[in-house]
Formats: sequence, structure tokens, C-alpha cells
Amino acid sequence: MALNAKIPKGPLKDKWQNYLDTTNIVNPANRKKIDVIVVGGGLSGGGAAASLAELGYNVKVFFFQDSARRSHSVAAQGGVNAAKNYKNDGDNIYRMFYDTVKGGDYRSREANVYRMAQCSVDLIDHMTAQGVPFGREYSGYLSNRSFGGVLVSRTFYARGQTGQQLLLATYQAMMKQVKTGNLTQYSRHEILDIVVVDGKARGVIVRDLVTGKIERHSAHAIVLGTGGFGKIFYLSTLAMNSNGSATWRAHKKGAYFANPSWTQIHPTALPQAGEHQSKLTLMSESLRNDGRIWVPKNKDDDRKPGDIPTEDRDYYLERRYPAFGNLVPRDVASRAAKERMDAGHGVGPLKNAVYLDFKTAIEKLGEATIKERYGNLFNMYEKITGINAYKEPMKIAPSAHFSMGGLWVDYELQTSIPGLFAVGEANFADHGANRLGANSLLQASVDGNFILPNTISNFLSNEIRTGKIATDTPEFDKAEKEVQAQLEKILAIKGNMPVDRIHRRLGKVMFKEVAMSRNEKGLKWAIEEIKKLRDEFWTNVAVPGDDKGPNSELEKAGRLADYLEIAELMAIDALSRNESCGAHFREEYQTKDGEAVRDDKNFMYSAAWEWMKGEEWNLHKEQLEFNDIEVKTRSYK
Amino acid sequence: MKLTLKIWRQENAKTKGKLVTYKLSDLSTDMSFLEMLDVLNEELAVKGERTVEFDHDCREGICGQCSLVINGQAHGPEGHYTTCQTHLRSFKDGDSLTIEPFRANSFPVIRDLKVDRTSMDHIIQAGGYISSFTGMAPEANTIPIHHNIAESAFDSAACIGCGACIATCKNSSAALFMSAKIAHLAKLPQGQVERAERVVWMVNAHDDEGFGSCTNTGACAMVCPQEVPLLDITRMNYEYNKSKCTVE
Repeated sequence: MALNAKIPKGPLKDKWQNYLDTTNIVNPANRKKIDVIVVGGGLSGGGAAASLAELGYNVKVFFFQDSARRSHSVAAQGGVNAAKNYKNDGDNIYRMFYDTVKGGDYRSREANVYRMAQCSVDLIDHMTAQGVPFGREYSGYLSNRSFGGVLVSRTFYARGQTGQQLLLATYQAMMKQVKTGNLTQYSRHEILDIVVVDGKARGVIVRDLVTGKIERHSAHAIVLGTGGFGKIFYLSTLAMNSNGSATWRAHKKGAYFANPSWTQIHPTALPQAGEHQSKLTLMSESLRNDGRIWVPKNKDDDRKPGDIPTEDRDYYLERRYPAFGNLVPRDVASRAAKERMDAGHGVGPLKNAVYLDFKTAIEKLGEATIKERYGNLFNMYEKITGINAYKEPMKIAPSAHFSMGGLWVDYELQTSIPGLFAVGEANFADHGANRLGANSLLQASVDGNFILPNTISNFLSNEIRTGKIATDTPEFDKAEKEVQAQLEKILAIKGNMPVDRIHRRLGKVMFKEVAMSRNEKGLKWAIEEIKKLRDEFWTNVAVPGDDKGPNSELEKAGRLADYLEIAELMAIDALSRNESCGAHFREEYQTKDGEAVRDDKNFMYSAAWEWMKGEEWNLHKEQLEFNDIEVKTRSYK
Repeated sequence: MKLTLKIWRQENAKTKGKLVTYKLSDLSTDMSFLEMLDVLNEELAVKGERTVEFDHDCREGICGQCSLVINGQAHGPEGHYTTCQTHLRSFKDGDSLTIEPFRANSFPVIRDLKVDRTSMDHIIQAGGYISSFTGMAPEANTIPIHHNIAESAFDSAACIGCGACIATCKNSSAALFMSAKIAHLAKLPQGQVERAERVVWMVNAHDDEGFGSCTNTGACAMVCPQEVPLLDITRMNYEYNKSKCTVE
């Protein structure tokens, strides 16, 4: 199948309006006849579910948490970007588009990025109306802060819990729709397969995580808002149960997977402290507004940070990137940290961290101001590490964070399976090879609330005469049988290697060779290691209990089985791209001073991979065209 | 360090549960409480025994999915921490810990330490929202909100919905949880239109779900990970009495 991104005609700034002017819509009476399944109750899925229910469609939403309010959008801290130009600092939609395309190292789809910037303006209005307590100036007007990779202040925030507040607003909108009866929620339900009937996505096979029962649900269209798969690294900023299974199983049913290897490694997470660590807590990027990052100039300097005088400190971001300093984009900041640590300047007992120091800011602004801006982050830091960061610098380290890659979607957010849509982090188009801070909440929210409800109607307008989709068909039978067989196969292994132990080993392989810095030899080694781990999983995994009730080990095993396949495609994707761009840094392609070297002639495309039934993928290229922005070498110097 | 764990094991809501003792050694004080349970579950999995079911997700104190009563205290000994933020440095080598689920009539046990908290969703469904549909919103800066009012609304809105307040209350009242949402929305100008109905509907739903009455002991606020103000309960009572004049 040839890739058709279906980008509307017309000048960049008019494309979305042209689309809205001419797209097909469904009349209110007919919406009642149409069923939509949404998978995921976070900002993207929840926003889509609430908005579609408000329109009058019959919506079912599935999520594995006990309440949609716990979806991982909740953990986003720093903020959400919008081109409101409330600061009169020269911000506008074009500049936001420009920053995002540049930040993504010219590997995103121009029309999608521009639309995201356009919708950002309405999003702040929407969330404010829903009761999000955004930070305010003393005048009562909305306040902004700066994030990495930009020269303006366009980030709206609710202390350090912006994701939580946006998610709760979305969750409340969903709860309202549950009350109206347009929305039915299925908590503690996990998607195990997508059912395709006559080439269209028509249903899902789910497992009730309380009773263990396998269920069939049908719909006229399916929306996946299932987030990213950064937990593949085991140690990551993601929630423990975040997973890539819904998108991966859709991939195996025919949805192309785009740029899977582009994982954002966040520069400011807490470093690993020991072997049993399960999670690397994120410390918001917003801290880089006031915190300065440094390491000791001398190798293995074991003095306490407070005892190291300024002349013995290396503020390496300010040194290497004077224009942006501590606010360079995440990929640049993470790589620079790795460079210093590899050179022997890391701090902490495992030498796996750098300092993030607030001394200068506290001296200038006072502790009270810093407390108001970041109080909850300092509290969180102290709860986890036992260290008071007002008194001594935080120790931070890079950690796997966000999946820029995901299911390939066209301008309508439809995957290569008709009727299957992907929103938020689960899709791929907006962030290119590196996402800017505070664009994640933005993309998830506008995909779910503003874009998907308008594009899905174009597909659904052809479904008003379809009638209910039956679930007693051979396609559903087959999908359910396969799901059941996989569960039984896992339970029958009865090996002695717990799921998490295999997952940790996979994470180590991935973080070593398929993360911040990649090379041909390492990637080939990683592919072999992944295959070995996959063999070990399918012969020796230890999953006790049965599938008749709650069984966390069984849930984790199913997700790990998918990770062990995703991992291979990530390595293959990284291996196929002989250039460095954004988060994808191939050591073979760099300048003398360690900056990325892109190859626009050969690699200005998104790689969309087609599953060819086991250990083989077919590459489809979506060529990227930039007509409204000059393609340059990205520089933050 | 070494710890003895007495963990509540229960097949489902209909069966009886009991405390089962496990011993763990070679633990590190830097380990989080839930990482310790991970270690236990790995040991059980190797032996082919059913692992301990417990709820958890973000492991950074914000999703509200983790629960647990540790030595009689919801979310453990630290106060204002979640279980996932609790680390073993809060305990002494050789300690014996009793680990139970959040207990309340409205929180039936699913298995072991997992409980069903959908009763809290039902309270929000009754009225814990502003009915502004996508597309309806006016320009955000048309309604200035005093900095301190926005901050105060945030203090209430910060609730993570974990249910520790309910598990701690001797009456299993959800007053703090419910009042946090009522106060959040009542403090903001956007929440005014539905203000009277909201509080009545939510309080009615609270009682229908079988949560108990508030007797103002304040135990809830002592454990709340987000330190939701106890004053919100007073505000809720004020809102409720006031709205009785206008709402049927």
C-alpha cells in the first residue's frame, strides 16, 4: 500500500481550515447509530472519548487502570505550550511551528505541526473553562514560563502538576458523559487484539483484569490513545504498567509503525540508585529555567558539591551552547550529560549523575519564590532521595521518557488500517526526531479534543447505514482464539525466570545500544541479544497462577512479549537510518565537536514499517517536504 | 536489612482473607517499599507460587493507584507520602510489618491488596465537573482570577484520589476527597453556575455509595499525600447548607 498522508491543499496556514470546510460530517440523529471504541483514558484517549460522547456518538472507553484519572498523562509536570503571545515577546503560531519543526530536527510533518500550533490557542481556553487552576500573575491573568528549545515564554502551568490538572479536567468531562449515558467506561480492562473485518478495524478483544474473562467488543471505528512504549527500557520515567501492546498488536494486524527507534531520553530524571530500582522519577524540565547544570572540572572529584569552588566547576551546557545555555532541547542536554559522564566527570556514588544547582537562583530570587515555582518538585525529590535541594544541588541523570515514534497516521490521524485511529503519543507525526518540552500535553490534548472528533467524522459519514457490527463472526472467533492461546502458552512455560528479570536485561541492552548513542556494531549486537532474550522468555519465563482472575505477572508477561518484538524493530529502524537527527544519534555521523550530522538528501523521510509476519519488516518511506521553513543545521550555540 | 512481612492474602471479595508471613533479607534502605514487594514477588514467581496482587502505577506519588495500610497507617509511617514514595529507610533492620489493603465498605477487595475504588468515580460522575463541552470556551484571559484564589483552588484540585483519607477515617467517610473537588470548583469563577447542584448531587452520591458521615476528627488530612486542606470539609458543609435553599 502506498503511503498517502492526505495533506489538504492550500497554503500552510489555511490547510486545517480548508479541511474543516470540506470534510464530511455526520448529522446528530445519525451519530446515535454509530459506535466508537476508544482505548486509553488519558489526555488523548479521554479527550477523544469525552468529545465524541458530547457529539452524541455511542462511546466505549477501555483502560487498564482502576480509574481514568490515573492515566500516565497525570505525571507530566512542567506545562503545556500555546502560542497565545500573552507575554508580548514575539510569539505566534508560525514561531511555535518553527521551534517545533527545528526542535524535531526537520523530521516531522509540516502540516501536522502547524495545525498543532494553531489548535494550541483554543486548548488553553478549553482547559481554563473546565476549571484547570493554571498559574496566574497577581493581576489575575495567566502566567507563562519558558521551556527548552525556545526563546519565548509560551508554557502554561499548574505548579509542577500540569499534566495532573489537565487530565483531571478531561477525566471530569468523561465522568459527565458517563452520567449522560453516551459514554461507557471499562476500567481494569486490557486490549489484547484489534479485530479487522473486510479491511476495516471493527472491534477489540479485551481481558477483564478482575475476572480474567476475555470479551469481544465491536464498533464502527477504533481510536488508540495508549501512549508511548518507553517502559521498554525497564528503567524509565513511565508508569510501571505503561505499555506498547495495543499499538503493537494493531501493527501486527496491518498498521504501519513509524520511526520506532526515536525515543526521547529526558535529561533531568533521578539517577539509578541500585539494582532493584523500578523507576526513574522525572524532575520537570521547568527546573532548567532557574537551575544550572554542572559537573566537577576534575575527574573523580569527590568533594561535596558545596566545597567545589566555581573555578573547578564545568557548566557544560552554558559553555557549549551559550545562546540557549541550560535550556537547550532535551536530546542535546542528555547527550551532553552522557558525554561528561563517559569522560569521567559523573557525580554520585555510581558516577551516573550531574548536578542541577539552584544556588544562584535562590540568591537572586529568594527561597520563597523558588518554593512557589517548584515546591512540589523539591518535596518529591526529598521524599525519594532524602536530600533537601534548597541546601545542596539535585543529582540528575538521563532517562528514557517519550516515544516520538508510534503508529503511522495520515493527516486525519488514521492509521494504515481504515477505521483505526491513533492519537497522542501513540502516533508519530508531530515531534519529528525530538519532542520539545510541554508539547506532549499539547499534542495529546489537541489530538483528542480538537482534531480527532473532526477527522473521524469523515470516516464515520460512510457508516451511517452499516448497522451494528456483529461479534459472532469468524474474524472475532479467530482473534479471540489467538489471544486465549497466547495466554495459555505463557502459563504453560512454568520456567524459573520472573518477567521483571528478563525485562531488566532487555532494558540494559536497549539503554546501552538503542538509546542516546548508537552505532552499527552495537545495534547488530543488540538485535542478537534481543532474539536471545525472546527465546529465553518463551522457554523459561516464570508466570505463576492462572488466567481466571487478577494476575499481574500474566499481564506483565504479555506486555514483555510485545516489547521483545518492538525492541527488535527499534534496532532495525536505528540501523537503517545512516544519519544523526534529533534523538537518533549515530556515532558514525557526527562533527568533530560531537554535534549531529543529518543527511537530508537520503533520509528526509519518516520510516513506516510494515509487519511481514515475524522477524521481517517492509519499509515504506513518507518523504517529508518543507515548503514553509528553511531546512538548516540545527544549532543552539 | 531484613524484614518480616505479614501480608493480607484474600482470593476475592467473597472469600475470607488472612495474614501470611514472609521473610526478606538483603534489602537496601534505598529501596522503595513497592520495590521490596517486587523482590518478594520475584521470589514467589521462581517458586511457582501465586504472587501478591497490589495496585501501583506511576511510582512517583501522583497517579493515586497505590494504596496499602502499613502497620495500621494508610500509605505507611511518613504521613503525607504515598506508599510508592515510602522507602525502606523509614524502617529499622529486623522490623516486622503488617501490610493490608485499604479497608472501607465502599472498597471491596479484588484480590490480596487490590481494592475496587470505583465508588469514588461515582461521586465525581454525580457533579464533579464543569459542563463546558469542547468548543464552548471563551478566551481564557477574559476572566482574570486572583493569583491567591487560583493557588487556593489548586490546593484543593491537587487531590490524587487515592482514598487514603477514606481508609483512615473511622467512619469510612469520603468527605475530604469529595470536598476537595467541591472546593476546587467553588473557588473558581468558572465553577459558579453549577455550584449549588454540584454539592447536593455529590453529597447524595457519596451517601448512596455507602461512605460514612464526617465527624471532624481530621485524621484524613493527616495522611493526605497532597495535604488537601481540612478546611475544604467546612467549605463543603457551607456550600451544602447554602445550596439547600435553591436545589430541590
